[in-house]
Amino acid sequence: MSAIQIIPLNWYVTLSAILFALGVLGVLYRRNAIIILMCIELMLNAVTLLLVAFSAHHSDPTAQVFVFFIMAVAAAEVAVGLAILMMIYRNTKSIDIDILNKLKG
Amino acid sequence: MIQLAWLIPILPLIGFLVIGLGGKKLSKKLVSFIGCGSVLAAFILSATIFFQLNGSSTVVKLADWINVGKLNVDFSFLIDPLAVVFMLIITGVGFLIHVYSIGYMKDDEKYDRFFAYLNLFIFFMLFLVMGDNYIVMFVGWEGVGLCSYLLIGFWFKNTEYNNAAKKAFIVNRIGDLGFLLGIILIYVTSNSLNFDAVFLHVHNNASNKEIYNLIGILLFIGACGKSAQIPLYTWLPDAMAGPTPVSALIHAATMVTAGVYMIARSAVIFVNAPIASEVIAIVGVSTALLAATIGLFQNDIKKVLAYSTVSQLGYMFLGLGVGAFTGGVFHVMTHAFFKALLFLGAGSVIHAMSGEQDIRKMGGLKKALPITHITFLIATIAISGIPPFSGFFSKDEILAHAYNHNKIYWMLGIIGSMLTAFYMFRLYFLTFHGGFRGTGEQKHHLHESPKSMTIPLVVLAVLAAGAGLLGIPNAHQHLFHEFLHPAFKSASVWIDDAPKHFSMDEGRLMFLAVLAASAAIYTAWLLYKKNNLVPIQNEIAISKFQKIIARKYYVDEFYDAAIRKPIDWVSEKSYKFIELRIIDALVNAIGNVVKWAASVFRLAQSGSVGFYMFAMTIAVLAMLFVKLF
Amino acid sequence: MTHITITQIMFCVLSLIAITSAALLIFSKSPIHSVLYLIVTFFAIAGHYILLNAQFLAVVHVIVYAGAIMVLFLFVIMMLNLNKETETHKPMWIQLMAVLAGGAMLVTLVGVLKGAEQMNLKQANDVNIGLVNNLGLVLFNDFLVPFELSSILFLAAMVGSVMLGKKTIS
Repeated sequence: MSAIQIIPLNWYVTLSAILFALGVLGVLYRRNAIIILMCIELMLNAVTLLLVAFSAHHSDPTAQVFVFFIMAVAAAEVAVGLAILMMIYRNTKSIDIDILNKLKG
Repeated sequence: MIQLAWLIPILPLIGFLVIGLGGKKLSKKLVSFIGCGSVLAAFILSATIFFQLNGSSTVVKLADWINVGKLNVDFSFLIDPLAVVFMLIITGVGFLIHVYSIGYMKDDEKYDRFFAYLNLFIFFMLFLVMGDNYIVMFVGWEGVGLCSYLLIGFWFKNTEYNNAAKKAFIVNRIGDLGFLLGIILIYVTSNSLNFDAVFLHVHNNASNKEIYNLIGILLFIGACGKSAQIPLYTWLPDAMAGPTPVSALIHAATMVTAGVYMIARSAVIFVNAPIASEVIAIVGVSTALLAATIGLFQNDIKKVLAYSTVSQLGYMFLGLGVGAFTGGVFHVMTHAFFKALLFLGAGSVIHAMSGEQDIRKMGGLKKALPITHITFLIATIAISGIPPFSGFFSKDEILAHAYNHNKIYWMLGIIGSMLTAFYMFRLYFLTFHGGFRGTGEQKHHLHESPKSMTIPLVVLAVLAAGAGLLGIPNAHQHLFHEFLHPAFKSASVWIDDAPKHFSMDEGRLMFLAVLAASAAIYTAWLLYKKNNLVPIQNEIAISKFQKIIARKYYVDEFYDAAIRKPIDWVSEKSYKFIELRIIDALVNAIGNVVKWAASVFRLAQSGSVGFYMFAMTIAVLAMLFVKLF
Repeated sequence: MTHITITQIMFCVLSLIAITSAALLIFSKSPIHSVLYLIVTFFAIAGHYILLNAQFLAVVHVIVYAGAIMVLFLFVIMMLNLNKETETHKPMWIQLMAVLAGGAMLVTLVGVLKGAEQMNLKQANDVNIGLVNNLGLVLFNDFLVPFELSSILFLAAMVGSVMLGKKTIS
C-alpha cells in the first residue's frame, strides 16, 4: 500500500501551499541574504513536492524527470548565488539586503 | 548596335563618378581628358546609332523598375529619330562646350568639380531624352534641374549667385509640380506611363478632348518652368550668374529645350488637345515678343543673350502650338548651334575683357578678337533669320505653320523676329565696332582666346551656318522632316506633309520675313554703327517707356509683391500662431507630461531589494486573485 | 476511509516535521541553526517522496540538497563568520506586513489549488513509475538532449562561480 491510494491529493496540495507560503514569508521577513536564499530553496521544494504528488497520481513519469531537472538548476543557482553573495560581502562587508540600494532611480 | 544605347548615358555618369570622387587628386589634364572623352565617346555612339536607325524605333530595356499593382514602369530607353536628334545635339554641342571649358575654366580652383557637374548634367539630359516612359523622363527632368542649380550657384561664395540658383530651382519646382500632376493624370486616364501605350490609348480614345486638354495644359506648365515661358521665365536671365559655358550648354542649347522635347514627344496628346495647343501657341508668341522687347534695352552681354533665348524658346513653343512639331525640333537644333556659339563668343569676349560684361564698356573688339568676331557675326546673322544661315530655315518653317494656322500669330512672329534682328545687331555693333570704351588696363590686356576655346567656336559657326540646309522648304526632299517624320507618325493626322502645302505663299512669306529682318538690321547699323550711339549710362535720362522695358516690365517686382509677400505674411502668421501656440505647445505638453510621470514613477525605483520583493509578492497575489474569482 | 492507516500517520508526522522546521528556519536567530532546520525540512520532503513511491528522487534529493547544497551554505556561513547573532531585524510594521503577505499567499494558494484532485485523474495503477529503472528509461529516451544540455549549465555555473569567487578579476 503506498500513499497514492490512501492519501488524497489535496493533502499534498495543502502541505505544498503551506511550505510555499512559509518560504514567501521568510523572503519578506528576513534581511539576511543567505536566509533569503534558503527560503527560495524551500519554495522550490514545495513546488517539486507538488509535482511529484501529481506525477504519482497521474502515473506519469515526465513530471519526475522535470523535478530532476529542477534540482539540477537549483544546484547551479545556489552555487552562483552564493558566489555572488561572497562577492557582495567582500565589497560591502555585509549581506544585509537593505543596504543594497545602489539601484535607486 | 542600337541595343548598346544604354552606354551613352552611362559614359558621362562614369566620368562624373571618376572626376567627382577623384576630385583634387586628379591632375587638370586628366580631368579634362575624362570629362571631354566620356562625352565624345557618347557622341560617337550616338552618331553610329543615327546612321543605323533608318526611321525605326527600338526599346532598350535595362531592368524592371517599379512593378506595383497595375503600375508597370521599366528602366528602359526609347531610341527613335526624335531621341536621336536630341542625343546628337546634347553630346555634340556638349562635347564642344566641354572642350571650350578647358580654356575658359583653366584658372578656376574648382576645375574638377565643374567638369564633374557638367558630366552629370549630360548624363541626366540624355536620361531625359532617352527614357521610354514619363517616369524615366521625369527623373532626368529633375536631375537636370539639380545640375542647373549646382552650376548657376557654382561660384557659391557670391550671395547674389546663390540667390539666382535658388530662384531657378524654386521657379522650376512650380513647373515640375504641373508636370507631375500631368503624369499622374496620364496614368489615371490610360493606366500606363509608357509612351507607346499612352499614345495608343490616346489614339484610340481621341474623343475625350477635355481630359487631354487638361493633361496638355499641366504638361505645358512643366515645360513653362523648364523652358522659361511666361509666367515662369524670370529665372533664366538670372541664371546667367553661372559660368558662361554653363549658360551656353544648359541655359541655351540643351536643358531649356527639354520642355520642347517633352511636348514634341507627347505630340499625340497635343494633337488631340486643341485648347492646350492654342494656349501653347499664345504663350509662346507672347513670350517671344515680351522677351524680345526686354532684350532691346539690356546692356549686359549675357542678359541680352538670355532674353534672346527666352524669345527663341517662345518661337519653338509657337511652332509646337500650331502643330509644327518638326519645325519646333528643327529650331531647337539650329538654336542650339547658334545660341551656344553666341554664348561661347560672349564668353570669349568676357574672357578678353577680364570679366567685364557691360557692352557699354566694350567696342571695337573686332581687331583684337578676329575669330570670335567672325563666328559671333555668323551666329548673329543666323539668329536674325537671314538666308542661307540656319536660323532662317527653322524660323521660317515655324512662321509658315503659324501663318497657316492663324495670321495674327504670324504677324506677331514677324515683329518678334524684327526685334530680334535689331537687338542682336545692336549687341554686335556695340561690342565689336566703334571705339574702345573700357579702361586702359583692359585695352592692354585684350587678347584672342586660346585654341581650346576658338576651335569649338569655329565648329559651331560651321554648323550654325550650314545646319539649315537640312530643312530647305519646297526642295525635293526636306531632309530633317524625312528623318524625324517616323517619330510623329501617330500624330500625323494634323501635321502630315505640312511643309509642302502652301508653296506659293511660303515664298512670299519668306521674302517678307527677310525684308523685315533686313530693315531691323539696317536700323541697328544706322543707330549704333553710323551714329556711334551708346546707351546712356544714366537711367534718369531714358524715357518712361524705355525705363519700364529696361526694368523688365517690373515682372520680378510684381511677383515679389503678388506672390512672395503674401506667402511671407501667411508664413509669418502661421509661424506665430500655429507653430508657436499650437504645435510647439502640444509638443512641449507631451514632453512635460512624460517628465512629470517619470518624476512620479521614479519614486518606485527605490533601490531597496526588500521593497522589490514585496512588490513582486503583491503582483503574484493579484494574479492569483484574478484566477480565483 | 473509516480508520486511520499507518501511511496516513506517517504523512501527518512528516508534514508536521517539515512545517515546524520550516518555521524554525525562518525565525531562528543564528544562520547556522537556520541551515540545520532546512536540512531537517529536506529530509522530511525526501520522506514524502518515498511515500509517493519516488525512490529515485528521494535519494537524489538527499544527495543534492542535504549533501551538496547544504554543505555549500554552511561553508559560506562559516567563511563569512555569520554565526553571531548580530543581524538587525526589519522594523516591526514591515515584519507585520510580511506575515500578512505570507498569510495572504497561503490563503490564495489554497483557494486556487482546492479541487485540484477533481481533475480528470488517470487511475493510478502503475505504482512503479518513480523507480530508477523506469525513470532512467524515460530520461535517456525522451529527455536525452535536455539532460546533456544541463551538463553545459553546470559547466557554466562552475565557471561563473569560480570567476565570481576570485579575489580580483583581471
